[in-house]
Amino acid sequence: MLSYFSNPARFEAFARWASPISLFVLLACLAVAVPMGLYFSPEDYQQGHTVRIMYVHVPAAIMSELAFGFIAVMSLTAFVWRHSLADSCARAAAGPGAIFAGLTLLTGSIWGHPTWGTWWVWDARLTSMLILFLTYIGYIAVWQMGTDETKSARLARIVGMVGFINVPIVKFSVDWWNSLHQDASILRADGPTIHASMLWPLGLMALAYMALFAWLVLSGVRTSIYEKQIARRSERTASRPIATDGTAEGA
Amino acid sequence: MAEFFYMGGYAFHVWTCWGLSFVLLGGLAITRRRKLRHIAELARNMDVEAKAESTSP
Repeated sequence: MLSYFSNPARFEAFARWASPISLFVLLACLAVAVPMGLYFSPEDYQQGHTVRIMYVHVPAAIMSELAFGFIAVMSLTAFVWRHSLADSCARAAAGPGAIFAGLTLLTGSIWGHPTWGTWWVWDARLTSMLILFLTYIGYIAVWQMGTDETKSARLARIVGMVGFINVPIVKFSVDWWNSLHQDASILRADGPTIHASMLWPLGLMALAYMALFAWLVLSGVRTSIYEKQIARRSERTASRPIATDGTAEGA
Repeated sequence: MAEFFYMGGYAFHVWTCWGLSFVLLGGLAITRRRKLRHIAELARNMDVEAKAESTSP
């Protein structure tokens, strides 16, 4: 499966087919989830209308963890099998992942103010999420800073794989340590503890975020395929023998 | 309607979170789409030039 998509032409054909589908899923889910989340779902008996922050906070948190999982798998694929597109996939996921992690921190902080009476506490969930955000920034910096792409790719794969250690820490931090943050209420062994009237808009919003992530990654990888094509052509043009009149032969 | 925007006194908290989410994610989507269109056009132009070169005497 992975080797099938390691061919840029095949990936391009797949992306051309999958991009509009992911865009359709995104818009369809948003069309239902936004009015449900902002208007039709009930307010919480304790938190009042601030519970509506959950519909943007929780999907962002889920996606920030899934996106790093994706980066780790792609980094491992690139590390072991040297698939040419695996690095591009991991790199394309880093920007959206960083924004999801940043949004989780921002919306969580704004939600925490009326709910906990503070914008920030250095507890395990919040701190591990901040570390995840900083790991994304570090991963992006590794790609951007180096002049030698092969070396940058090698280092980025290591950051992508090692950084994943933090993802289960983020997920289980509320179980392992005392935290102001509530326990898991959706992904639990005994099922979700949220009422269906809130679970539906939350699930649809999470699906919309997943579709957006898929679309962003497909677009990012397609961009990198075109960039490589252009770089190869430019190299070929530059390496042509120069004619006596100073122009490249055949130009 | 005013009650809807008031959000039970938490308008700042709720609307800021939703606004930030839509602006940041929408901004990223628009940036990626523009970049893809621009680079795809560049690649197409190079294709056209390469074909013209190969067919020219």
